Amino acid sequence: MTFRGEARLWIAQRASAVVLALCVAVHLVTIVYAVRSGLNAAEILARTRGSVAWFAFYSLFVLAVTVHAPIGLRSVLGEWAGWRGRSRDFALLLFAAFLAWIGMRAVLGVFA
Amino acid sequence: MKQHPSYWAFVVHRVSGVCLAAFLPFHFWALGNALQLESFLAWTQQPLVKLGEWLIVVALAAHLGGGLRVLALEFLPWRDWQKGLAAVAAALTLGVGLAFALAL
Repeated sequence: MTFRGEARLWIAQRASAVVLALCVAVHLVTIVYAVRSGLNAAEILARTRGSVAWFAFYSLFVLAVTVHAPIGLRSVLGEWAGWRGRSRDFALLLFAAFLAWIGMRAVLGVFA
Repeated sequence: MKQHPSYWAFVVHRVSGVCLAAFLPFHFWALGNALQLESFLAWTQQPLVKLGEWLIVVALAAHLGGGLRVLALEFLPWRDWQKGLAAVAAALTLGVGLAFALAL
């Protein structure tokens, strides 16, 4: 990959990290609240379904994860597994597409 | 170098990131089957599943703490207090781990 391409990935990784820092903080608080309250599936879905704000929030969360996770794995695969080049980038592009699809399927299932 | 806290902060950040990337598809898949959520939640009551849940929440907190440390090192002007960021990340991880364990 060109230097410019690498620089773009670096910026995308940091920008998505900033978004994720906020999303993960909110998500952790939500998890502890939901577990403490002992919510069952019906109660959870009654609270989540039809909520535009949570739908938007978790859609942004999935989008940021779709950018962040494959770029992070790219470094790990290159440095720890010695896998570089186009085959790695193509595999990670497929992983990103898979995450986006299955992630939005989850958001639609819980919030739509 | 392996004695240095920054090395361990790097390793924890990286390993927790790989664990989260591996966990995400299963997490999304389970949530995507929202109609079967009740039976899935019943399955998660098993002690080993609860342990796995706790470990992944701790990994998420560790990755958040480690990521904030990296952002502070890269984007803020260098100050002496940044040497203590690994300890701050560890404290955040411990705090979330305890809060989630108490909530379980």
